[in-house]
Amino acid sequence: MEEPVLDVRDLRTHFFTQDGVTRAVDGLSFTIAPGETLGIVGESGCGKSVTALSILRLLPAGLGRTVGGSITFGGRDLLTLDEAEMRRIRGDRIAMVFQEPMTSLNPVLTVGEQIAEAVMIHQSKSKSEAWARAAEMLTLVRIPDAARRVHDYPHQFSGGMRQRVMIAIALSCHPQLLIADEPTTALDVTIQAQILKLMLELKGRIGAAILLITHDLGVVAETCQRVIVMYAGRKVEEAPVEELFDRPLHPYTRGLMGSIPRHRPGIAPSRRLQEIPGIVPNLRAPVAGCAFAPRCPQATPRCAAEAPPLRRDATGHEVSCWEASP
Amino acid sequence: MLPVMAVVAVCVFLLLHLAPGDPASIIAGENVSPENIARIRTQLGLDLPVWKQFLVWVGALLTGDLGHSMFWGDPVASLIAQRAEPTISLAITTLLVAVFLAISLGVLAAARAGSLVDRLVMGFAVLGFSVPVFVVGYVLIFVFAINLKWLPVQGYVPIADGVGLWLRNLVLPSVALGMAYVALIARITRTTMLDVLAEDYMRTAKAKGVANRRMLFRHALKNAAVPIATVVGNGVALLIGGVVITETVFNIPGIGRLVVDAIARRDYPIIQGVIMVFSGVYVLVNLLVDLSYTLFDPRVRG
Amino acid sequence: MKRFARRNPTIVIGAILLILVALAAIAAPWVTGDPQLLTPNDRLQSPNANYWLGTDHLGRDVYARTLHGARISLLVGLTVAALSVAIGLFIGLAAGYWRRVDTLVMRFMDGLMSIPAILLAIALVSLNKASVFIVIVAITIPEIPRVVRLVRSVVLTVREMPYIEAAVSGGSRGGKIVIRHILPSTVAPLIVQATYIAASAILIEAGLSFLGAGVPPEIPTWGNMIAQSRLFVARAPWTVFAPGTALALVILAVNLVGDGLRDFLDVRLARRM
Repeated sequence: MEEPVLDVRDLRTHFFTQDGVTRAVDGLSFTIAPGETLGIVGESGCGKSVTALSILRLLPAGLGRTVGGSITFGGRDLLTLDEAEMRRIRGDRIAMVFQEPMTSLNPVLTVGEQIAEAVMIHQSKSKSEAWARAAEMLTLVRIPDAARRVHDYPHQFSGGMRQRVMIAIALSCHPQLLIADEPTTALDVTIQAQILKLMLELKGRIGAAILLITHDLGVVAETCQRVIVMYAGRKVEEAPVEELFDRPLHPYTRGLMGSIPRHRPGIAPSRRLQEIPGIVPNLRAPVAGCAFAPRCPQATPRCAAEAPPLRRDATGHEVSCWEASP
Repeated sequence: MLPVMAVVAVCVFLLLHLAPGDPASIIAGENVSPENIARIRTQLGLDLPVWKQFLVWVGALLTGDLGHSMFWGDPVASLIAQRAEPTISLAITTLLVAVFLAISLGVLAAARAGSLVDRLVMGFAVLGFSVPVFVVGYVLIFVFAINLKWLPVQGYVPIADGVGLWLRNLVLPSVALGMAYVALIARITRTTMLDVLAEDYMRTAKAKGVANRRMLFRHALKNAAVPIATVVGNGVALLIGGVVITETVFNIPGIGRLVVDAIARRDYPIIQGVIMVFSGVYVLVNLLVDLSYTLFDPRVRG
Repeated sequence: MKRFARRNPTIVIGAILLILVALAAIAAPWVTGDPQLLTPNDRLQSPNANYWLGTDHLGRDVYARTLHGARISLLVGLTVAALSVAIGLFIGLAAGYWRRVDTLVMRFMDGLMSIPAILLAIALVSLNKASVFIVIVAITIPEIPRVVRLVRSVVLTVREMPYIEAAVSGGSRGGKIVIRHILPSTVAPLIVQATYIAASAILIEAGLSFLGAGVPPEIPTWGNMIAQSRLFVARAPWTVFAPGTALALVILAVNLVGDGLRDFLDVRLARRM
């Protein structure tokens, strides 16, 4: 098997607040192959965004901290790098696109500067070369009249346009991995599809892998090759995308799909997650058994007492449930 | 600018002319004849109806005439002009050094929020705001001029007599005058920077691999600039009030001294003239601050 | 109570300091000698068992004068804060609620705010016979616009709230709405603003007295003491630094209370200066 571009092992990220420790990510492992698109889905608060921030070490200082595990990228564990080494990776080898295009761009700097900046930091390019790259990137993300618009400020762009600018920034140094944290959630439905299409197309051109964080199974179906379902900071199921939609094993995954009719990738309508009765558990208290047990329709006494291990079959379908077997 | 100044003029006039008490007899002092009081009243135009007084005064203002000193007999405008250099020297040096220092301190405190440095800066800010200018002044004089003999105790040397001497005489007064101003600006800088640092776009910058210094000064400070500039402008009121006291403490023959000497002599036209000039400076500075917003924030360029 | 003290150390420290100063100010006539008594033989004595804080150039007891000085400072701080808040609240409510007077009033307030407070006070004081009352009035006038602006901004925010609309459509009259619904929202920011005004009033009073445009020189105030002793700072530093320290300490205490209250009441509107 090809060497993975990113190898996350037993990642543990905790938040330290006055009221105690929240285990936002609690022993998560996964890999991404070069050029692959991996989706992570789950309800808000399941730890998927925290996972993304942990990889680039962008957690709010003094609040969240990665306390265990390893994140291997380019043969090195990112968790052991010093801040200067980490800065050389951020924006260059691993780039990120955030959820909120309206607030993720600096309002007082031109979009040209915000794109050219990344180029100047990571590649020994002159200012004019970096600005030429900025215009080129804007053209690439299909912003008309790019040569003129590099001098515009974010407020002169619409939400969808701003997200294109964010993608231009992220891809400006041709990263090996693009982390996209809910990149289309804040956008109109019609624009969502355009942005996703653009990301996939550019990914192919640049040869980047994508880690797509979303709560929208429709988005996953349209874009990803493999999917991880997260619940309460842990992976409960992982499978190739067709396999997951054909044969969801974990009761939680089935709950997420809810009444969505069985469908195949590419033709799936964009659907929000189905409501599952009950609430996301309090991550402050250590969970003895399966974290989903209190909400699970199939729960047995064993589920509440003993945590189910992840089991894996020959197709690579993994699930963590006593009542389901891969 | 002009409309505000017009309102300022009305305010000054109303407050000073409708206030109870008879200025003429106060100005004349005790044990004077009624004729003398009447003479002062005529001299000040106080015998005219109020509306006429106002028109005469505003008419003169518009031609740059601030009246005549009752003690010196000279035009107030030229008295102010003669005393302008020390005051401008003191105010400008203090303003520049204080703004630079305060913003640096505020950014530093925000960048290391919660650290010892942050606590020290904020402690200094509360203190700087609480110790009156003249107390700071005398402490500085006592320590650095009288005991250590590093700097002159008092006085002013015109810039024409040598920049070195000029600066030496300005150091202590500037520190005394700037203390509260630094405290004020450092505080607002820290508060706004903390807000800005929590913004999504700062995370974007970090995700791009931008270094700390550039994050603070290029990405954050420019976003924090508008509130800081507002306080820099409003705080000029602090400097103007402080100048009057600082010039007394350090015996600097500036516009502040002119007013203080006028208090004892009840030289009313001087006090009124200086109020108008200083208010004008304040309004002008704040107008410039308003204009500077377009420099910092593209969204207000419209 | 302990919990409150641990979470709001600045309020507690400031308040304790202020209470001590207030007690000293009240007790001054009984616990010290005559602050005006001239003892020419004891001129410029350094602090000793007889004169805890030494004597000034006229042989007056600096300790007695410093304690008595607290009375004027606290009196000025309290009355200016109370007066400017009361007057400013009235004007601000009117301006915020009744649009017709708003423009005119706010224009006037902008003008007033453009006049440096200490100069305006100097002018007002020097036009009248010096007295504590005149000083209080002269300091109050420039503080009023700050209160008016604050109150008005609260009113403008609150009057957009749905419950005000509900009250209006429920048939409540303007005056009643202002008193029942808007007034309560102004309380928290005004408390904080009042503390800042008290601090600034004490500062300005001392400045005016120092410049000779304040409280009559025969009354012992900290500003007067420093003004009268300033020529002796090299020979008798205690004559300047005793009242100077007292002044700084009191203003610091008031500011600490203000900052603490602002954080505690979560007020962002109130502003210094």
